[in-house]
Amino acid sequence: MSNQTSECAIRIRDLVFHRGDRLILDHVSMDIPRGSIVAIMGPSGVGKTTILRLITGQLVPDHGVVEVNGQPVSSMSRKSLQQFRKGIGILLQNGALFTDLTVFENVATPLREHSTLPEPLIRRLVMLKLHAVGLGGTEELMPDQLSGGMARRVALARAVVMDPGLMLYDEPMSGLDPIAVSTIGRLMRETNDALGLTSVVVTHNVRQMSKLADYCYILADARIAGEGPPGELLDSKNPAVNQFMKGQVDGPIHFHFDAEPGGWNLLQ
Amino acid sequence: MTDSAKIAAALRPLGDTGRIGLFLLRMLGSLRPTRSTLVNTLQQTYLVGARSLVIIMICGFFVGMVLALQAINALEQFGASDQVSLLVGKSLFRELGPVLTALLFAGRAGTSIAAEIGLMKATGQLDAMELMAIDPVERIALPRFLAGLLSVPLLTAMFNALAILGAVVFSLGVMGLDSGIFWSKLQTGVYFDQDFMGGIWKSLVFGGLISLVAVYFGYHARPTGAGVGSATTNTVVLSSVLVLIFDFIMTSFFT
Repeated sequence: MSNQTSECAIRIRDLVFHRGDRLILDHVSMDIPRGSIVAIMGPSGVGKTTILRLITGQLVPDHGVVEVNGQPVSSMSRKSLQQFRKGIGILLQNGALFTDLTVFENVATPLREHSTLPEPLIRRLVMLKLHAVGLGGTEELMPDQLSGGMARRVALARAVVMDPGLMLYDEPMSGLDPIAVSTIGRLMRETNDALGLTSVVVTHNVRQMSKLADYCYILADARIAGEGPPGELLDSKNPAVNQFMKGQVDGPIHFHFDAEPGGWNLLQ
Repeated sequence: MTDSAKIAAALRPLGDTGRIGLFLLRMLGSLRPTRSTLVNTLQQTYLVGARSLVIIMICGFFVGMVLALQAINALEQFGASDQVSLLVGKSLFRELGPVLTALLFAGRAGTSIAAEIGLMKATGQLDAMELMAIDPVERIALPRFLAGLLSVPLLTAMFNALAILGAVVFSLGVMGLDSGIFWSKLQTGVYFDQDFMGGIWKSLVFGGLISLVAVYFGYHARPTGAGVGSATTNTVVLSSVLVLIFDFIMTSFFT
C-alpha cells in the first residue's frame, strides 16, 4: 500500500506522540488511499483517537508528519487549519450534537457559518441530508428527544452537509443496538461511494469493520501490529492481530494497565 | 510543603489572572461586527438578562423596603425621618443597587453560563465546533460575555427602580410619611450623573467581570461532572469576591 502515495488522501510517516511520559504512538506510518474506507482498530486506549486528532491538527506530533492531500497538517497556520477543516467531516464518538439547537439547526450550522447561501437553499440542502440518513420529519425535534442511533445519524448528516472530501469517524458504532449499527454501517458505505469520499474509521468493532472496511490497520503497544484487507487479518498468524480479531483474553495484548514497578502489591 | 511548592501556590492566583486576561483578549480579538454575533448576543441577553429580571425585581423591592425601615428607625432618633428618601437614594444608587444586582447576577446567570459551557465541553460540543472550523470562543464565549456586559447595568437600573418603589410603599404606605417631602428630597439631594450613573458605570464593570469569570471557568472546566461542578463554584466565589474588591477600588478612585 505504501507505493500508492500519489493516490493517498492521507499520508502518515514515522509518527511519534507522547502524552506526558507515556508513549502513545511509536513511529507509526500509514497510507490512506483516496476513495477507500480504512479502519484503524485496536484495544481501548491504544491511541486510535489520538491519530484522528493528529489528522485534524488538534494535536501536534512529537516527531513525524501527517499529510492530507499533500499538505502537512502540523505546520499549518491557524487560518489555513480553519480552511482545511472546512473540507473534512467528522462524526465524533457520541455525535456531539448542539443540545440547544433543533435537529434542523444542528445540520444547518456549518452552512450558516461557512456559506452565504439563501435560506430556502439551506433548507433544501438540510432536508436532503436528513432524508439521506432516513430522518426526514425530525427537523423540529431537539437532540434530547432522539435515540442514540438517531442522534448519530443526525451527526452524520451534519458532518456531510458541506460535502467534504474526507470523512473521519470516531467509534461511530459504540453503544448502539445491532440494527442501528448496521444502519450506520450501510450509510457510511453509501455516503463514501456516492460522494466519492475517503473515510477513516476508528473503532474496535471487528465484525462490522470486516464487512465495511477496504483496509485495516491494527494498533497495539503504540505500534502497528498488523495491516491488510479485513479478510486477510482474520487469518493472520501475528499473535497480537489474531488475539484482537478473535477477541481472545490471552495473548500479547495485556488486560492489566502497565503500572510502574514498585507500586501496590497484592501480596504485601 | 517545600519552599518552591509554597511559592508556586502563592503565585497561582497571578497565573490565573494572567490566563483570564489573555482569554479576554482572545475573545475581544474574535469580535466581528456580523449579523450572527448580534443575533447570538441578543439571544444570550434574553437568556441571562431578561430571565434574571423577576428575581432582581423581587429582591430590589424588598431591599428598598428594609432600607427604608432601617433608615426611618435610625433617623427617627434625631427627628430626621423625613430625610429617608435621601439616605435610601444615595446608598441604593451608589452601592447597594450595583453590588447586590451583581451578586444576584453571579448566582443566577454566572453559574448557568459556566455550567452550560462546561457541559458543552464535557459532551464534546466545543470540540465538534472547532472541528467544523467554527471558533467556539467567538460562537459561544463572546456572546455570553457581551450579554453579561449589557444585562447587568440594565438589571441594576431595574433593581434601583423597584427598590425606590419598595421604599415608597414602606415610607408612605406603612409609616405614613409625607409624599411631597419624600419626592422633593429625592429629587434635590440625589444626583443623576454622580449617584445614579456612577452606580451604572460600576455595574458595567461588574457585568464584564462576572461574565468573563463565568465563560473562562466554563471553557476551561475539566470535562467531567465534578469539573463542571467546580467551574460553577469557582465562578460564583471568584466573581463575588472580584465584585466587592473592584467596588472598593472604583469607589475610592472615582468618588
